[in-house]
Amino acid sequence: MSEVLVLIDHVDGAVRKPTYELLTIARRLGEPSAVFIGPADKAAGAAEAVKKYGAAKVYAVDDSDIKGFLVAPKAEALQQLAEKTSPAAILVTSSFEGKEIAGRLAIKLGSGLITDAVDVDADGSTTQSVFAGNYTVKAKVTKGTPIIAVKPNAASPEEAEGAGTVEEFAVTVSDSAKKAQIVASQPRQATGRPELTEAAIVVAGGRGTGGDFTPIENLADALGAAVGASRAAVDSGWIPHSFQIGQTGKTVSPQLYIANGISGAIQHRAGMQTSKTIVAVNKDEEAPIFELVDFGVVGDLTTVLPAVTEEVNKRKG
Amino acid sequence: MNIVVCVKYVPDATADRRFESDNTVDREGVDGLLSELDEYAVEQALQIKEKSDNPDDVKVTALTVGPEKAVDAVRKALQMGADEGVHVTDEAVAGSDAIATSLVLAKAVEKIGDVDLVVCGMASTDGGMSVVPAMLAERLDLPQVTLASVVETQGKEVRIKRDGDVATEVVGATMPLVLSVTDQSGEARYPSFKGIMAAKKKPLETYSLSDLGVDAGEVGLSVAWTEVTETNERPPRTAGEIVKDEDGSGATALVEFLASKKFI
Repeated sequence: MSEVLVLIDHVDGAVRKPTYELLTIARRLGEPSAVFIGPADKAAGAAEAVKKYGAAKVYAVDDSDIKGFLVAPKAEALQQLAEKTSPAAILVTSSFEGKEIAGRLAIKLGSGLITDAVDVDADGSTTQSVFAGNYTVKAKVTKGTPIIAVKPNAASPEEAEGAGTVEEFAVTVSDSAKKAQIVASQPRQATGRPELTEAAIVVAGGRGTGGDFTPIENLADALGAAVGASRAAVDSGWIPHSFQIGQTGKTVSPQLYIANGISGAIQHRAGMQTSKTIVAVNKDEEAPIFELVDFGVVGDLTTVLPAVTEEVNKRKG
Repeated sequence: MNIVVCVKYVPDATADRRFESDNTVDREGVDGLLSELDEYAVEQALQIKEKSDNPDDVKVTALTVGPEKAVDAVRKALQMGADEGVHVTDEAVAGSDAIATSLVLAKAVEKIGDVDLVVCGMASTDGGMSVVPAMLAERLDLPQVTLASVVETQGKEVRIKRDGDVATEVVGATMPLVLSVTDQSGEARYPSFKGIMAAKKKPLETYSLSDLGVDAGEVGLSVAWTEVTETNERPPRTAGEIVKDEDGSGATALVEFLASKKFI
């Protein structure tokens, strides 16, 4: 069976959930080989994590020479691995960085690229959601090695024991890949809540919060959910941009999305329309968000949400 | 200093966007405009010019690739304050994917010549892949300094703040380079009446593929490295239940709904 390269998405060796989704999808296409680009002493730990999801091999690329540079060296590393292994496909997470790596890699390998896939079939054909979720598109790569950037939550991770054999892979990175230098890095502050793009439940707030996200946060905590926001709330300075859901923020596809005080502009819909179940609470019964919902409450979020939170907490005991 | 800002003519996101029978985006039948996200790129290009020691020595060229109407995107950039425009148009370009588009853009940047800075938006509002800036950097063998929420330049040095997926980073590089900016980088200006009048007299070149030395067989739908096999309009979501909150009834109903779906 041909290898399928899966780029491990990790923070300092801690493997992120979308990687397990990629490995699950990779098993449909061939035999998953995970690629770890990171500190040499973290490779074994990452390999332990990915072998549970079927990684037969783990290529460990020591990043000590390339870590301070943006994107380009990772694309070169994948190129060299692809040339060595002739994989059936290359999968990366469809994050901004994942897509940039994939874009450069596509040019290097002369291969077609699909981004933002929400599903991948065994024959490599993909499903994407476009035009703010109003259309679904089926596509496939017709030239070279298919490079597919897959959105978080595209598959539920399924465990399957793999050999997880670690192979060190030395890369030669060109000087021109080492020109955009990361001079400072400030890790995102941990909120103690699930990561927005990975969360099963997202509770989001917009202009209707009036700037007070307490009811949103309390409901999120009662449900074990992530907190999100509309652009209006971010632009008002009520919450940092990293919480923004929509065209220019994060795209989420959780099991449950609860929009509070969010009108539902097309740019916001683009970031949440593929959520499985959508709930909205809004004072304005004309708000376009109500066109999308499975359940809507026309009411004041400052009274509705605390009452819901209290009841949820009570039922949890 | 020579700055090229890449702008895309896209179907209006608030209009009824659709596909043609060959599964390409309908770019003729739907009203189009300069992609909103590219306005931020034009804005940053103009600010870099205005903040430089000698703004008169900085030339901002707006570049687009697309059908006849796509020239409107360049015109808007000229009205905002760009100095010159370049429109690459050729029937063979229709249906090009990001890979072919980045080839045409790269060749156009080379044709414009002596470019210090290529500025792009973070994504288009139609295809929205967000990969063209990285592909352009790859093709031009330039550093990419992408997804900037804050841009600072000092001579040939560029520093940006980038809100990455897991960290906020400061990234630096020396021109020439490819820069892309997000909608956080600063509100784009509206063209003034004076700007609109002045734009009419600004140089606007039209190139065909052969002017750029691109073989028509390298671009377009038939040679795209990906194929769209189906496009389906999403069925409208079945109308959900909507209740009016009266004295706490909304909260109770919502809790019941969440419980029925096993979320609690």
